[in-house]
This record gives sequence, C-alpha cells and structure tokens, in this order.
Amino acid sequence: MRALTWHGKHDVRMDTVPDPEIVNPRDAIVRVTSTAICGSDLHLYDHYIPTLKSGDILGHEFMGEVVAVGRRNRKLRIGQKVVVPFVIACGQCFFCRRQQFSACDNSNPAETAYMSELLYGYAMTGAFGYSHLTGGYAGGQAEYVRVPYADVGPIVVPPDVEDEKVLFLSDILPTGWMAAENCEIQPDDTVAVWGCGPVGLFAVASAFAQGAAQVIAIDHYPHRLDLAKQCGAQVINFDEVNVREALLEMTGGIGPDACIDAVGLESHGYSADNVLDKAKAALSLVTDRIHGLRQVILACRKGGRISMPGVYGGVADKFPIGALMEKGLSVKTGQTHVQRYSAKLLDMVLNDELDTTFLISHRLPLEEAPQGYRMFKEQQNEVTKVVLKPGATLQ
Amino acid sequence: MADQITRTAHDDAPLSAARRADAAAAGLDARSDDALLGHTVCIGRPRAELYAFWRDFSHLPAFMENVQSVEIQTPTRSHWVIAAPAGRSVEWDAEITEDVPDERIAWTSLEGADVRNSGAVEFRDSPTGRGTFVTVTIAYDPPAGEVGRLLAKLFHREPKIQARQDLRRFKQLMETGEIPTAQPPQAAPRA
Ligand SMILES: NC(=O)c1ccc[n+]([C@@H]2O[C@H](COP(=O)([O-])OP(=O)(O)OC[C@H]3O[C@@H](n4cnc5c(N)ncnc54)[C@H](O)[C@@H]3O)[C@@H](O)[C@H]2O)c1
Ligand SMILES: [Zn+2]
Ligand SMILES: [Zn+2]
Repeated sequence: MRALTWHGKHDVRMDTVPDPEIVNPRDAIVRVTSTAICGSDLHLYDHYIPTLKSGDILGHEFMGEVVAVGRRNRKLRIGQKVVVPFVIACGQCFFCRRQQFSACDNSNPAETAYMSELLYGYAMTGAFGYSHLTGGYAGGQAEYVRVPYADVGPIVVPPDVEDEKVLFLSDILPTGWMAAENCEIQPDDTVAVWGCGPVGLFAVASAFAQGAAQVIAIDHYPHRLDLAKQCGAQVINFDEVNVREALLEMTGGIGPDACIDAVGLESHGYSADNVLDKAKAALSLVTDRIHGLRQVILACRKGGRISMPGVYGGVADKFPIGALMEKGLSVKTGQTHVQRYSAKLLDMVLNDELDTTFLISHRLPLEEAPQGYRMFKEQQNEVTKVVLKPGATLQ
Repeated sequence: MADQITRTAHDDAPLSAARRADAAAAGLDARSDDALLGHTVCIGRPRAELYAFWRDFSHLPAFMENVQSVEIQTPTRSHWVIAAPAGRSVEWDAEITEDVPDERIAWTSLEGADVRNSGAVEFRDSPTGRGTFVTVTIAYDPPAGEVGRLLAKLFHREPKIQARQDLRRFKQLMETGEIPTAQPPQAAPRA
C-alpha cells in the first residue's frame, strides 16, 4: 500500500510499504477514506519528539471502512464506517475503567513502554503514528491501518454522513472540547485561548457551547484570527498588542477566569535529538520552550483555571512557579481522553450543534501528503487544516 | 509469611526496592551475594485466576520474552530453556519448593543449572480493593564465563527491566486477553 513515511527532519515521503494484517484477536483493519495532518504532526516533522525511526508511518487523525476484523472483536463488522480515536485504549485497565483513556496502562507494548517509564515515571498510552514512545504503531496517513483494541476505540458513524463532518472526532474536536471542560466554565466567565490553530478554534467553539460569557482568542495570523471571530470570539493579535494589558482592559482589570494554552511546544519545541537510554541524560537535554505558557500563567486571574491541551515533552526553564502558587491557580492538562467524548460529540455533530468543517482549508490526494506538510508548516496563516484523500487522483 | 519475606528491615518498602539488598533475606533459596530483583504489578483480575494461569508453567513463555520453553516433567519439576544467540541455549531444571494455592509459588534451580536461580511469585488482594498485586522476586548467581557472555548479549537491557517488561505482558494478557505489539504478525510475541 501507499503511506506517508518519516525519514528525518522535514523529510517525509510517500512510500510503498507492506499492507497491515490482523495481529491480535481484537484488531481490525481500516481502509482509510480521509485522514488529516495535525499540529502534533508538525512536532514530528520538525523532529522535536524523540524515538522516531526512518520509515515510520505517521498520522493519527483518520477514518474509513472496516475491511477485516479479528476473531475476538465482537463490536465491529466488515463494511462499517468508522472514525478512529488517536489514543489506543484497552477498555479494561484501571485507567480505562475510570475513563482516563489516554492513560491506558496496556496499549503501549512492553518493548517500548519502558522508555516513557524512564522519562515520565510511568508508561504512556499507545497512539497511532506518534513515535516509539507511544508504541511505534503505524499511523493513518496511509491506505490501510491496523487498529489494535478495535472493539474499544472506533466510532461507528452512519454510512451516509460526509467524512469531513465526523473526521475530527478522531482528535482535535474532543481535544478542543476537553480543553474547555478542563476550564470548569461558569456562566459569567471569560475564557482566553492562546493559539488559533484547529485545537484553539475548537476550544473557542467548545467554550461557548459550555456556556462561557466571553471568549478571547490570541494568535498572530490574521486569517486564523478571522476564523476565531467567526466562532464568536473577540481576538487579540500578539504581534500588534501587549496581550496581558489587552486582557486586563477587556476584563475590567480582573483578568480571564480560565486560560487555554493551545500552542504547545509548536513553534519552538525542544531539542531531544538523542534517544533516551538514560532518563537523566534525556532530561538534561530536553528543554521545552514555554513562552506562551508563561504568558498564560501571568495573565490568568487570581484563583483562575489553566487548561493545557498544547503538547510538551520534556522540562522547561524559568517556569513562573511563584505566579502559579501565589495566585492559587489550578492546572489541568493531558492527551485527550478521546473515547470519553465520542458518543456525545457524535450526537452534537449529527444534530448540527457544532460546525466541524469550517477550518478545513485544503484537500489533497494522499500522494501529495509531503507537500501538505510543507504548506501546513510554512503557510500557517492560510493553511489551517489539510485533509488527505487516499486513492484520489493527482491534480 | 508473604509479608515477612518481602519487607525491608526498617520500613514498609519491599526488599527488592532496597538500594543494597541481602538476597538471603528474601525467603528464597538464595545466598547473600546473589543478585536480587523484584517487581509488583496490580492486575484487575481475581487472585485465583492469576495463580491458576501462572501455576501452569507451560503458559510462561507466552509473556516471558526470552523463555523459549518450559517443559513440565512432574507436578513439581520443570525444564527451562532460554534461547541465546548463535543457536545456543541456557537451561536448567527447576523444582517447586512452595505452592500455596491462590497465594504463592516458589521455585529453585537444581544441581547442574547453567544459571543457579530461585524465585517466587506472590498473589495478594490489593490492600485498597483494586484487584490483585502480583509480586515476582528472583535471586540469581550472576554467571561468569561463556554463559555470562551469552546472557549479557541476550539481556541487552538489565534483567530488572526485562522482568518488568515480562510482568507488563502478563498484566496485558490477563486484563485484555492479548499482548499488544506494533510488529507485523510473523514478528509478534506468542500470545
Ligand atoms: N492534548 C492533546 O491530546 C492534543 C491533541 C491534538 C493537538 N494537540 C496539541 O495542540 C497544539 C495545537 O495544535 P494545532 O493543531 O492547533 O496546531 P497549529 O500549529 O496549527 O496551531 C498553533 C497556533 O498557535 C499559534 N501560536 C504560536 N505561538 C503563540 C503564542 N505565543 N501566543 C498565541 N498563539 C501562538 C500559532 O500561530 C498557531 O496558529 C499542538 O501543541 C498540538 O500538538 C494536543
Ligand atoms: Zn492530532
Ligand atoms: Zn486501558
């Protein structure tokens, strides 16, 4: 089959690779009909996440048709249309039973789990196409994908629903939703959102859906700020104004009640080019750039809430711990517990309570995926979300 | 009994977590200067089920990466084969020295073992009601010479990390019915 493979920093290619097969009894194979490039993929493209290997298939936002089902999978049937959450969860461990799916204790294979044990103290969950820290599972920017524990994650959707309407149930829609939920929004709240990429935009829409009185979105790309405005947000361009002062003025000196960091290590990142054979060595190398996060902590009102969907991987310098403590802030973060939100968000999407397609700017054949990465990286203003179509003809 | 063998002298941590442990205190058939390793996992299945699966030693190669086979010879005696590089193998006969149903199995290697070792696996109800704590403790005489070199090649990671990985596979298998892998079928672990 054809698949987008990683070969090094800024070097992704279309390769012909072996088709996936059923390995374990609960697996399924999905023929991909739509797949997207995520801001998280840029962290791989820029090689900020360690433990990638040349030839790894990327992609964790995908959907398609079930074409094979393992013998112990009693949920899926061949022919069903499914959206696949990027988090692989077993459904049966201590964490899955508590709906903390992105903390699943079983989905990361034993051969790779020890790396995150060294780095974070505990083994992280498995995920598609996201380095060997999360299991080294082949990703969804491909014609076919093997889906482990496919009786837990995949969301069966109606056969006649358009792909693009439901595709983002795989990651960024629940990520924006959970980002807002982590703000514990009260009816008179002002929520400030840093970053108007797909995650930030869905966080804006979710904050309104969860009852925020006012949402203020921050970025420096005019087109992305326009999209946030379309969602009802007031916007601040950080190239043009002092963000903290603007926020103080817009909230009568109180400050935003909740702040969402939807930036992550994105534009800067950390330089872990070394694989972690020793946690100590790794930890002393890895330094995340937390410019945005510092601003978030300083701008948040006293006693306010901070929600961090933005991805970080290592350690950071000059973390404003005094402001965090003295102001009595609370922080919630984490990879999204996608499966927790699947049913609710699918309902909302099918009932047109949430617009999921407004942020798609480009649709490309899968064969043009390398160009999609380049555009998404280099033209962030116009290129807000790229959807790839396997089998589509080249233009 | 279980408690007394796994505790350090001055606090509640298990002996295997001690910075310098005296293997002879581990309640195994071990000497003071044996290497000692231990690890505990919490598994969300009943104690009796976990004990029963483990007690049939022929199941062990399914989740112990380097164990090629365990041949059951008598109800208490088994022959272990560890596959080593270059078609070689490391082998021993083991005798079960203690078998308390649903609680504890202990074993020791017999005369002539390539690596003298002894170990125990304990099954306890989680003290906070979260399933079963499974603790494996193994003492071994780090081999020198040819066998030592073979083993060093095989366990390119520390034996302690190997034990943790094997126990993780046991947990995965018992909780989910399969052992996750990102490898294609022919390279998959034997589940
Ligand atoms: N927690 C999760 O499960 C999860 C899931 C998906 C994505 N993410 C992460 O969310 C983050 C955003 O993802 P995305 O797809 O929207 O990425 P993106 O790269 O498209 O968007 C990031 C936006 O942040 C803006 N930005 C950069 N620095 C800023 C600053 N100092 N202040 C305000 N805005 C700033 C950029 O201009 C850009 O528009 C990434 O770190 C991604 O890895 C997390
Ligand atoms: Zn994503
Ligand atoms: Zn789980």
